[in-house]
Amino acid sequence: MSANIAALLYLVAGVLFIFALRGLSSPATSRQGNRYGMIGMAIAVATTLLTHFPSFGGLLMIVIGVAIGGGAGAFIAQRVPMTKMPELVAGFHALVGLAAVLVAAGAFFAPRAFGIGDANEIHAGSLVEMSLGAAIGAITFTGSIIAFLKLSERMTGKPILLPERHTINIMLGVALLALTALFVGTQSGVWLFLLIFASFALGVTLIIPIGGADMPVVVSMLNSYSGWAAAGIGFTLGNLALIITGALVGSSGAILSYIMCKGMNRSFISVILGGFGGEVAGPAGGKETRNVKQGSAEDAGYIMQNAGKIIIVPGYGMAVAQAQHALREMADMLKEEGVDIKYAIHPVAGRMPGHMNVLLAEANVPYDEVFELEDINSEFGQADVAFVIGANDVTNPAAKTDKTSAIYGMPILDVEKAKTVLFLKRGMGSGYAGVENELFFRSNTMMLFGDAKKTVESIVKSLAH
Amino acid sequence: MTDSTQQLLEKAQAAAEAARHLAEQAQHYSDELAHTAAAAAAHGLAGGAIDPFVFRVAIFAMAVFVGYYVVWSVTPALHTPLMSVTNAISSVIIVGALLAAGVEGMSAAEASGSWWANAFGFIAVILASVNIFGGFLVTERMLSMYKKKG
Repeated sequence: MSANIAALLYLVAGVLFIFALRGLSSPATSRQGNRYGMIGMAIAVATTLLTHFPSFGGLLMIVIGVAIGGGAGAFIAQRVPMTKMPELVAGFHALVGLAAVLVAAGAFFAPRAFGIGDANEIHAGSLVEMSLGAAIGAITFTGSIIAFLKLSERMTGKPILLPERHTINIMLGVALLALTALFVGTQSGVWLFLLIFASFALGVTLIIPIGGADMPVVVSMLNSYSGWAAAGIGFTLGNLALIITGALVGSSGAILSYIMCKGMNRSFISVILGGFGGEVAGPAGGKETRNVKQGSAEDAGYIMQNAGKIIIVPGYGMAVAQAQHALREMADMLKEEGVDIKYAIHPVAGRMPGHMNVLLAEANVPYDEVFELEDINSEFGQADVAFVIGANDVTNPAAKTDKTSAIYGMPILDVEKAKTVLFLKRGMGSGYAGVENELFFRSNTMMLFGDAKKTVESIVKSLAH
Repeated sequence: MTDSTQQLLEKAQAAAEAARHLAEQAQHYSDELAHTAAAAAAHGLAGGAIDPFVFRVAIFAMAVFVGYYVVWSVTPALHTPLMSVTNAISSVIIVGALLAAGVEGMSAAEASGSWWANAFGFIAVILASVNIFGGFLVTERMLSMYKKKG
């Protein structure tokens, strides 16, 4: 196969990947898009194997590698519960990052196969591209592992603040530049490996101070990094499919990070610098205790049965309690009684972009009942009940009124405008931002304490009577 | 008085000399430049004028813009599948892993290098395959759950 035909086929693969993302503009076209992505991948792999036909031993290794990796991947994809999607995505980012590092190292050891020069005589431009791909890949790898550990709660979700962390990061950054220059100048593998290790360290120190609820931004950012790493390797290989994909994924992650930051009214820089939410003091015992109206599942069931319109606001607490199936059951029963049910999703609800939508879809909630903040916020005024399940900060009116609040300026769901607000919470603790929600103390608010899933199940029981 | 006039004259002459020298040098450089430019033009006619790198950067820049517009059109409800599918497609990095895994050393000197490349390539093939299969299949699984009313 000639190099020109190969390049065109890679271009076709790249275009199919664009179609894969384009399909996601609506759930109706999304599955077709995903198929285009698969076809594009098959074309890219086949083209590489046909243009660089491997030795028999090499082919054997490739088949074994694909079988092991593909089998593991397929197994994970079938088994992973939807609530664990944020961890899964973070873990997958780590794999892309490490693969980029390994491919860069492979290119360094076998430059001729990659068409970037001979051993010890690699083109300077290729060395720079290789260093970029390896460094970004390494940062993505360790950064994603930290994100994975935090999301799966194997590591505390609280920010871990190293002393002098900004100095450490700046020094590591300078070291990366110096090591890249040394590597390009001397072509010695020692510098490449030191560069990779310094990048590993930077990935850890960058992500470790960022708190759990800021993870939507972190996961999106690492998504973006994995794209730029792929693009760096794409330049080394001169491969169009990789360059196009890297650019697509890079900009996709960047846009998602932007949307998440806007959803929290925080600047990207302040999220990356970390430390937010570190001072969560828990429910302060010393403070004067204010009265809240506490209700039972039966009370909640009665109120909702007699409502005309209910808006459900799910948050991370619903995911933790796995309450989405019970919630849908409750909604179905209410719908049978003629109640109008809608769902309102805040952009940063949950631990990754779109987290709540997937969970509701899993529980068979039709996607045309689920609305984004800007599309539904005006409807709370006409709602009889706002049913807040496992969300807190995203409903806190202090974001609009209290200039001293940590969440001031964050767009919120106006649940306070509903006639009655039901809050399902585990306890009186404040949310991630450490800000008390004054809605809890209003006369039209009723608190339902306990595990969200159990509470919803008892509401379902009371509705059945 | 005449002395200083004499001195000024001498200085002016020296300056003129220096200027002439500079002009000669400039002429020389411009000749050389014209020569290289002509050579480059000739080279261009032969078909190798623009470095392929420039084309790649152009494609990269265009793809960033395409990505920007395409991703803004993705409905927020599908942001999680967007992340998992971008994850899957960025594993097209497997093409690099395939090259490294399949390489064969042409000489004794290259043999140890290609051994390392094979080893790194093999691991990279495994990692990228986990991502390709896992990413596309989990996206498929998620997308199949999105249903309309009724």
